[in-house]
Amino acid sequence: MTLAASSATTAPGQELPPGGVPAGRARILRELARGPLAVASAAYLATVVVLAIGASGLAPDAPATQDLAHVLSGPGAAHWLGTDRLGRDVLSRLMFGGRVTLLGVAEALVVFAGLGLTLGLVAGFVGGWADRVIARFGDLVLAMPGIIVLLMVLSVFPGDELATMIALALISCPTLLRVVRGSTLAIRGELYITAARLSGLTSLRIMRRHVLPRLVGPVTVQLSLFAAAAVLVQSALSFLGLSTPETQGPSWGNMVGEASDVISQDPWLLVPAGGTIVLTVMALGLLGDAVRDVTAGRHLGPPPRRRDAGPARRAPVRGPAAPATSLLSVRGLTIAFTMARREVTVVRDVSFDVARGEALGIVGESGCGKSVTTRALLGLLPGGGRVTAGSALFGGRDLAAMAERDFSRIRGNMIALISQEPMSGLDPSFRVGSQLTEVVRRHNAVSARQARARAAELLAMVNLPEPGEVLPAYPHELSGGMAQRVSIALALAGNPRLLIADEPTTSLDVTVQAGILALLRELRERLGMAIILVTHDWGVLADLCDRAVVMYAGEVVELASVEDIYRSPRHPYTEGLLAANPRLAPVGDVLPAIPGTVPPPSAWPAGCHFQPRCSYATDHCGAGPIALTAPDPGRLTRCIHSDKMVAAR
Amino acid sequence: MFRQVARWLASSVILLFLITALTFVLASMAPGDAAKAILSSQSGSYTAQQYQQTRRALGIDQPLPVQYWHWLDGVLHGSLGTDLFSSQPVTQELNARLGPSLSIILATVIVSGVVGVSLGIVSALRGGALGRLVDVVSLAGLALPNFWLALVLVELLAVKVQVFPATGYVPLGAGPGPWLRSIALPVLTLSAGAVAFVAKQTRDSVSEVMSREFVVMLRARGLSRRSVVLKHALRNAAIPVVTVVGLLLVSLLGGTVLIEDVFSIPGLGQQAVTAAGSHDLPVIEGVAFYFTVIVVLANLLVDLSYRLLNPRVRGS
Repeated sequence: MTLAASSATTAPGQELPPGGVPAGRARILRELARGPLAVASAAYLATVVVLAIGASGLAPDAPATQDLAHVLSGPGAAHWLGTDRLGRDVLSRLMFGGRVTLLGVAEALVVFAGLGLTLGLVAGFVGGWADRVIARFGDLVLAMPGIIVLLMVLSVFPGDELATMIALALISCPTLLRVVRGSTLAIRGELYITAARLSGLTSLRIMRRHVLPRLVGPVTVQLSLFAAAAVLVQSALSFLGLSTPETQGPSWGNMVGEASDVISQDPWLLVPAGGTIVLTVMALGLLGDAVRDVTAGRHLGPPPRRRDAGPARRAPVRGPAAPATSLLSVRGLTIAFTMARREVTVVRDVSFDVARGEALGIVGESGCGKSVTTRALLGLLPGGGRVTAGSALFGGRDLAAMAERDFSRIRGNMIALISQEPMSGLDPSFRVGSQLTEVVRRHNAVSARQARARAAELLAMVNLPEPGEVLPAYPHELSGGMAQRVSIALALAGNPRLLIADEPTTSLDVTVQAGILALLRELRERLGMAIILVTHDWGVLADLCDRAVVMYAGEVVELASVEDIYRSPRHPYTEGLLAANPRLAPVGDVLPAIPGTVPPPSAWPAGCHFQPRCSYATDHCGAGPIALTAPDPGRLTRCIHSDKMVAAR
Repeated sequence: MFRQVARWLASSVILLFLITALTFVLASMAPGDAAKAILSSQSGSYTAQQYQQTRRALGIDQPLPVQYWHWLDGVLHGSLGTDLFSSQPVTQELNARLGPSLSIILATVIVSGVVGVSLGIVSALRGGALGRLVDVVSLAGLALPNFWLALVLVELLAVKVQVFPATGYVPLGAGPGPWLRSIALPVLTLSAGAVAFVAKQTRDSVSEVMSREFVVMLRARGLSRRSVVLKHALRNAAIPVVTVVGLLLVSLLGGTVLIEDVFSIPGLGQQAVTAAGSHDLPVIEGVAFYFTVIVVLANLLVDLSYRLLNPRVRGS
């Protein structure tokens, strides 16, 4: 397994987060310092290095001093870790032996980093033929039986540690090369590099200023994993007597070898050398894992189970009673996420109704809580999220307080969902037909044959009239528009009464968009199905919806009929959004964008969330929470200046 | 399909050619040669004339490219030359040693595949204490040097409690029971790291798939968590895991070298160490050839299962 560790490192998810914050060295160190395991590992490694380097001064004994009167003494006051079969002090030998191992690892690391970084950067940054040649080289080296190469090198340079370590680095460097190449390609594709290039920075400077800092994380991970592998390989070869044999002085590996000769008399001797190797490798591995977690910024653990995140401490439901015609009635819905042990509210006090057969739009910029709100209605909040207050009544049951097993009677057959990325919403490994019949049979007690007929029928309903072509296709064989039609067919399989369409046209071409919108309109009329449309596109909203909820930074800021909103917005945010809409602005005018960006939930201002970006803002806006008020019957706004807005027009 | 097979064949042949050529060059650079080794093992002192004679007899007095050409010519006729010391055909010697090595490697792949994949899935889905336990066990498994673990296991399971034989190999022909007992300790030793390796990759892969959009969408369509995990998530998570098991197979070739030494098992790895020490070029070449063929076949197997599992690759 010794060589496996070095080839095992191209795990998924080690690429840089797209558009993520550049992982600066200082930030990495700061975050690492928070993890007790990472700190312990670093401390252990530092101790080992200091003891090995300072062995001549610090060791209680010279490594070769024999004391034949006290052989195999076992640990004690005179010899902390005991003596070997020649009465030599084990601790001292361990310290001197560390020099051999650490020097070998250092040599290997230098070559590994030098080769892997250079080749990876060239391949990723230059591209073209250089990339192809380097990729071929990497494939070839990875396919070599590494152990044969090492044995060959050792027969050419018997017992030579440096040669062995260089060879090890050479046969392992493709893993680093691939990681560096992948990350460089990802960074290179980003806009700001293109911008830097346009502004005349040379390739070398771009690499030094923009690319290298972002590589610190993934490269550190690879280095620590390779160092761990190098410790194991160096020790193994030394154990076999092939590199640094016993005659060249102690090493951790040959100490295990010596211990094995006296294993029946004194098994203890296996412990100090073996334990040191195990701890060193573990420390390097832990450090690598910690760096990966910090730089990738992702939480690897699974989401807390829903049982723990149950509907606890729930505020009483406020707001007006639901109208009798209501299909869905959301009141005071509040959602929080637990991140790094802190609970952050991301959606606050959201209330709205959806009547039977109605199409309601939810509008707002990205990060305003639109999607989270709709996912909560299906009990599908991502890991760490839970409803902390409020209710969502649907058919007499509260979706916000529902147990996981009861959602099986809701999902798909009462409320269905279609998502923004139709392609990534389909399982890439199964044919369309298989996915459709599976859902059909989940919701209807039908035979396999009937399910197939129903699947073809559903495809016809979404205007895919050639089921013979679509059913046997895999998702990657579909176009974006076809994939969205398939996912609408999947949503219809259980005859839902409410369809949640989360940005259903955002990722599609304009021509395809119109078709999907027409289909949704048609299905709504034919099936009497209500729709919640999440969008940031006013055109899409106007096309499909009767009423709209405008959300900003986790709150409902305005609710009115689409017509009223267009004609006279009663919240400055709505007004800004409308003004920034290219479809509504007079041709030739510069689009007035709203200055600033949506604040993240952890940085919501006190009072009105929009006031820092608002041109109407006064001191009162930040004084306290702003309540929803009704400027006209049938509409709501969360602004104390809504009258002023009207007067200003 | 035909093109793919042709491409695979071509790249395999190139790889075999490059590896054996590289081995040839490296082996010839080694100080000393087989003639010296043979003569000193026979008598200890020898004359320059004897030395030259032996070199001629062995054919190692010719220039390196000529030697390699002869070797290649032999390969095309199904011969890998003869062992310089025992004068046995290399293929015959290595075939006899293939059984022990493959027994250990395949048994380890099966054990670590079954145990590692199960542990990985459970820890990815359950998290909590079990997930942390798998993390710790994985880390320890990867950190244990297998030569050291082998010694500890021998001490515990062959000396203290005599459950398994400490050394030696019994062929399968002698009965499955004795065969299993003879490879138990080597397989157990190699499995510690292998299980950890597979479990970690499986855990990462399953976690990654479970966070994908289509998993949420499958749940939104009303499918039970059970069916989403067992049918959809596992199928998708298997794609990278298959690659990892292929890598494992290749890396176990290296592992057997150590393990066969510790457990005195007459396999390819042991042969490689001996031959490298005695400059027995035909045997070294033979081992390199066998190892490379195993690597090539493992890669083919991975490629085929990858195609089977991943429709996006299958189509193209």
